Amino acid sequence: MTTMLPVLRVSALNKSFVVHAQGGLALPVLRDVALSVAPGECLALVGPSGAGKSTLLRSLYGNYRPQSGSIQVRHHDRWVELVGAEPRITLDVRRRTMGFVSQFLRVIPRVGALDVVAEPMVRLGASPEDARRRAGLLLGLLGIPERLWPLPPATFSGGEQQRVNIARSLIADYPILLLDEPTASLDTANRDRVVELVRRRREAGAAIVGIFHDVAVRDAVATRLHDVALPGAQP
Amino acid sequence: MNAPLLSARGVTRRFGGRIACREVSFDLWPGEVLGIVGESGSGKTTLLNCLAGRLAPDEGTITYDSAAAGTVDVHALSEARRRLLARTEWGFVNQDAREGLRMGVSAGANIGERLMAIGARHYGSIRQTASDWLARVEIDLDRLDDRPTTYSGGMRQRLQIARNLVSEPRLVFMDEPTGGLDVSVQARLLDLLRGLVDRFHLSAVLVTHDLGVARLLTHRLMVMQGGRVVEHGLTDQVLDDPQHAYTQMLVASILPV
Repeated sequence: MTTMLPVLRVSALNKSFVVHAQGGLALPVLRDVALSVAPGECLALVGPSGAGKSTLLRSLYGNYRPQSGSIQVRHHDRWVELVGAEPRITLDVRRRTMGFVSQFLRVIPRVGALDVVAEPMVRLGASPEDARRRAGLLLGLLGIPERLWPLPPATFSGGEQQRVNIARSLIADYPILLLDEPTASLDTANRDRVVELVRRRREAGAAIVGIFHDVAVRDAVATRLHDVALPGAQP
Repeated sequence: MNAPLLSARGVTRRFGGRIACREVSFDLWPGEVLGIVGESGSGKTTLLNCLAGRLAPDEGTITYDSAAAGTVDVHALSEARRRLLARTEWGFVNQDAREGLRMGVSAGANIGERLMAIGARHYGSIRQTASDWLARVEIDLDRLDDRPTTYSGGMRQRLQIARNLVSEPRLVFMDEPTGGLDVSVQARLLDLLRGLVDRFHLSAVLVTHDLGVARLLTHRLMVMQGGRVVEHGLTDQVLDDPQHAYTQMLVASILPV
């Protein structure tokens, strides 16, 4: 049992998608979700495909907008409610407190990999030199060869883009990390590098929520499992 | 961060019997880039012109937190004071660079003119700042003394941006800044704008019909249809989890590459 207080608390969370092109068809996805995560914990979301694991993760990041319920995040030593939050509140939480690794990198035209990775740290006020040094360190740890650093990642392989994405999300030392299949397109060696980085971040006190289809990865990083049931299924 | 930079309340504008924008209200906070998206005729540009003091609304108010004068009601100011505000604290990037530039004078003079408007007098330092900005928007220095009539469309647009940003405005209005440019030219301009927004912590209101441009440059979006704001939120929320039927249709209409 952990003795740390949670930094992320979710209760009675409901999310459905209303598709207007289908005559207003409502697809319920999350029903009364509740969970909490403390520093040093890694909560793995498990459940069948289509159960809403990604929807839950995206809702936690404020990317999807739940209809009701509560997502509270410890931010600047106070609790902030993200459901229905003003954009600038969510943005500030993302800038300082919560990082997200999506499955795919959203490429920015003409910006090199090193600067893509360094950007979140620069936005937090670090000098570009310090941020680039740290970015280089992370890219090195993730096995991205130095000759690729100045190049825009648009032409990189899927696995390389994925690692650039991970480096970008780890550079700012967010207290809360959300990981959506961070090792999906990686080979074994690179998968192990990512596992090692995530585990180190967890041991340093990050609170992590993730989706890991690879059971070996899940076993290596998760401290707890959270079942996400198919909508309509009995608990 | 304690007060909005720009606030609109119930802004409505009619043209004859037609309502171009209807009861629009929002707050823009310092450092935010707000995108206004929607199809042609949805009222985006009318709203932008009302916000920027170029077109008086029939109803509603627009207030701005001025560095020089505190909170002002933009449309209650005298014409002279509104022009002063636009010259000293704001920028306006037109879709057509010819409307935002003086085509008959050199690029250097286009940039220098804005500096002189805010009180710069030393020729050497004006020319130096103009050169710095030309480099920043990636225009060769040997084009400093050329007129914008000799520039390509993409270069003109970059020059217009330099002319607007050289005076370090607190708020920039942009009307389709990448409209009508080739895709590669557009990418370069977007990258440039994105860097400048970050570096100078610009606050901006950007009108575009291109959701890709909105994704790249804005923090927040307002979606307009028939003069009304039908949806607003963080840019990624609106594009990834659109709620309104019209927004869902817009997002579904993006061509995949």
